[in-house]
Amino acid sequence: MKTHAREFNESARRYTVDLRHRDLIQKVLAGYYTKRDEYKNRFQNWSGARDLAAEIKWEAINHLDRYLDEFVSKLEARGTKVFWAPGAQEARDYIVGVARQHKVRSIIKSKSMTAEEIHLNDALEKEGFEVIESDLGEYIVQLRREPPYHLVFPAMHLTRQQISDLFHDKLGSEPTNNPEDLTMIARRVMRRKYCEADMGISGANFAIAETGMISITENEGNARLTTSLPKIHVALVGIEKVLPKLSDLALFLPMLATAGAGQSLTCYNTLYGGPRQPGEPDGPEEFHVVLLDNRRTELLADAEQREALHCIRCGACLNVCPIFKNVGGHSYGTTYQGPIGSVITPHLRGLQNWKHLSQASSLCGACTETCPVKINLHRHLLHNRRNAVRSHSSHLGKFFYAGFAFMMRRPASYQLATRLARVAQPWQHLIRGTIIDPLRAWTKTRSFPRLAEKSFRELWRERQTP
Amino acid sequence: MTNREVILSRIHEALKAAAPHPAFYNGATEPSPLPVSPQKWLPPVGKTLEEQIELFRQNAEALKAEFRACSDVSEAIQHVKKLAATGGWKKVGRHRGELTDAVAWELGVTEVQTDHGYGVDDLESCDAGLTQCEALVAQTGSVLVSAPTAGGRALSVLPPHHVVLARRNQMTPDLSAALERMQEKFKEQFPSFLSFISGPSRTGDIERILVLGAHGPKKLTILLIS
Repeated sequence: MKTHAREFNESARRYTVDLRHRDLIQKVLAGYYTKRDEYKNRFQNWSGARDLAAEIKWEAINHLDRYLDEFVSKLEARGTKVFWAPGAQEARDYIVGVARQHKVRSIIKSKSMTAEEIHLNDALEKEGFEVIESDLGEYIVQLRREPPYHLVFPAMHLTRQQISDLFHDKLGSEPTNNPEDLTMIARRVMRRKYCEADMGISGANFAIAETGMISITENEGNARLTTSLPKIHVALVGIEKVLPKLSDLALFLPMLATAGAGQSLTCYNTLYGGPRQPGEPDGPEEFHVVLLDNRRTELLADAEQREALHCIRCGACLNVCPIFKNVGGHSYGTTYQGPIGSVITPHLRGLQNWKHLSQASSLCGACTETCPVKINLHRHLLHNRRNAVRSHSSHLGKFFYAGFAFMMRRPASYQLATRLARVAQPWQHLIRGTIIDPLRAWTKTRSFPRLAEKSFRELWRERQTP
Repeated sequence: MTNREVILSRIHEALKAAAPHPAFYNGATEPSPLPVSPQKWLPPVGKTLEEQIELFRQNAEALKAEFRACSDVSEAIQHVKKLAATGGWKKVGRHRGELTDAVAWELGVTEVQTDHGYGVDDLESCDAGLTQCEALVAQTGSVLVSAPTAGGRALSVLPPHHVVLARRNQMTPDLSAALERMQEKFKEQFPSFLSFISGPSRTGDIERILVLGAHGPKKLTILLIS
């Protein structure tokens, strides 16, 4: 079996030379940068807003037990069924159980990365339930039977031509190059599904402790339809989504929209506080909230990296990451891509298998600078590198660094090494890029700069002796 | 141990080690108290109602919604009639309410009232949905609807044209003020559904090109009645 690291390397190598991919991503993100900056500049003080958002999330995460308790008791008081899921298996079993108990035939789903994380669709389909993704981007990648490319824009890597071909192939629609026509094809398919489905599954962007509500942010209206018409609504919520107060949304909703999509506010920001209440004309008869741990508490236990749980999944760090833009979202092989995915995946799925992701960074810090809740992302990548070495150091690495330290502590041996390197470099082209080239990781695709004729030490000595 | 106890004890255990407060990152010695409202960081809003209405208009129009200030109910009726004629409306969905009643009586097309339940296909085939709202938000150009004031959850999202009838005193400066109004109004008895609607339904999932009417309404009209 290939290791995750090898799969990452192979895929990354493929994508970095794919110019069509690069052009598409650059074009798509250019529009995002313009809009994001436009709406950021409308804030009286974006940086102050980030400070405040970071403090509110800190308060929530560092008193998580208290806020979760409050959230759950408020929800239950108005007839919501809450299930605490310690792991992915328990969450899947519970949701499959609800579907089975109600003899559900058709399930409609709105976008949820947490559902991707626990592979909920696979579990439901295996039990014979039909699950349709209603978010346009998610629907497209579902038809292609591939995971989302980006945690906010799942089909960002596809051109309209590819989507037209896909719809033609799977839905029998007429080929078209017009994004509006393509959207209307999906709209027509989905309309029937909303009316027929007897169960709707959603995620949540925020869980409000004070009032016992979940908040869902979206643009299309698919989440609203998913949670309005079917008689059962199941919301899958990571335990880290908690915000203490309802008024916190006044800050988080605009920040999420600005950082995530370059909007002042997304089209629909909806609060759900229970199943249909007495006197209300519609809404589900049953509302289930599944609270998912799935190793989030392990990240919580790491005080140094706990703030990674502050993440509101806006995807801003992906959009600015030079590595993400080159290797593409699918190379990561994770539910959460980009810098935040590289930080949290080793915690959620095992450090040794995913430590290579900490190297998928130039440590430029663009992610940290753009994060609306000020998570020190590139610092945490360094923490992961350190922890990976600490728990599983390689002998070769140890040997190399011991040699390096030996040489650097002795000026004479350093001088000898630089001289040898100057002599050896002209011969390097003979082995360049081959297995015996010590610099092959670099020289395979790049030329190595020529070493200077004279070292600084030699130049200095010449100047001192007139 | 129940699942709840399992997770809560894991959390309890995990939080024994303290994480540094973000206020200390920049060398501060004690955390700043959290402000009641994030107003001073968010986009600015004028103090007077007139300024707020003007800001709302700009924001709503930027979101591709139609906004119109009407001097009285009869002007609103005239405008909705015009929309019905141009849109060729044959059937509208609505709920009972002071403003929706007044407009719908004059409209003279078949109606689906959602107040006491409705057929999903019946509502789906409506040409427009007519609702009232809880509040308007100047800062973002949003309409806040709730289950009791907008005929439930689906009426404002299923028909292809959503028409909102609002009163001037429903204008609020920002999200904080709108949420505060809800907390004062409902206390502990919140409806099961509250939604901020900002413009007609949209998507950018195909090459990030804006398309209106993804799954919800393609058109949103907001009439502000004096």
